[in-house]
Amino acid sequence: MNEYTGETLSWHRAGAIVEVTLHRRPLNEIGRATLVDLEKLVVTLDARKDDVAAVVFSSAIEAGFCAGADLRELYHSMKGLDAESRQSGVRDFLERIHRVLNSLDALPAVTIAAVHGICFGGGLELALVSDILIADRTARFCFPELRLGLVPGFGGIPRLKRDLGNRLVRDLLLTGRSINAQKALEAGLVNQLVAEGQAPRVARLTAEQAAKFDRETARAAKRFAKPIPYAELRQEIELFCELFARPVVEDALRKFVEDSGALPYLP
Amino acid sequence: MPAKNVDEITAEILDLASKSFRVPRAELAPGDDFFKKLGIDSLQALDLLTQLERHFGIELPDYELQGVSDFRTLAERILARVG
Repeated sequence: MNEYTGETLSWHRAGAIVEVTLHRRPLNEIGRATLVDLEKLVVTLDARKDDVAAVVFSSAIEAGFCAGADLRELYHSMKGLDAESRQSGVRDFLERIHRVLNSLDALPAVTIAAVHGICFGGGLELALVSDILIADRTARFCFPELRLGLVPGFGGIPRLKRDLGNRLVRDLLLTGRSINAQKALEAGLVNQLVAEGQAPRVARLTAEQAAKFDRETARAAKRFAKPIPYAELRQEIELFCELFARPVVEDALRKFVEDSGALPYLP
Repeated sequence: MPAKNVDEITAEILDLASKSFRVPRAELAPGDDFFKKLGIDSLQALDLLTQLERHFGIELPDYELQGVSDFRTLAERILARVG
């Protein structure tokens, strides 16, 4: 439990604090390997829930926290399959990633995301399960999924709606634009804005502060303050699968995967 | 304080780009393609966007940068937000 190094992430425990570091190049794209590592993390945290007061997530990749789902893997996994098989494959992945993210969302420990640089799509959805989001000034947040003919599929809309006003959700979703850390702070998405490179340090200090309180009280407070929108999360899976079966999605994914130009990350 | 014009904004962008991407200022001109001249990809372009938003105190939605690749046109987009 104290240490783990996987293909996509690593963690170590120091006292009552677990630090999880994403390290998959190029930019922590979330595919099957990340899913497997996250499942191991959830099992481990569940087994040691009485020992862990806070969990910090950060990225060791210079360009940012996470660029989102692994679109290359997604595209290659769907190629040559009929519509029904595609839907079935993507549903299996979504069911598993939802189980993982729902577990992290409802974790008894306090969770803190330390974000820098790119935090897009599935990366933003991973950050959204945290209780507290600390960003440095290089951070940018975005839901680019509509470019692919899809909606966010890792719980993004229900969690963003839970935490922020629906107007900002619609702005991000329907324009696909990215917002900087200052705007995210003003909107309430980011809790603390720090200097470049300082997010993990500040997150660690915040975790140490949270770990000082009585564990049972902190858990009760979290449960009371952070409802999990299970019904909407289920609806999201259905909507995603329905949209995923259309040819427009394969065309958009192919365009992204085959695009070697300079602009794939610009909406 | 008088409003900035497009030439002043272009000059500020060139100064910032020169410093951030370590390209000599004298080698940058308003009509240059900033992707080629700075040698940046789309991720670094987003970094430049973040720096420009902070420098000018504006929000510049990335879709306004579609089709924009030279410093002067970028300055015009910023001017419309600084206004």
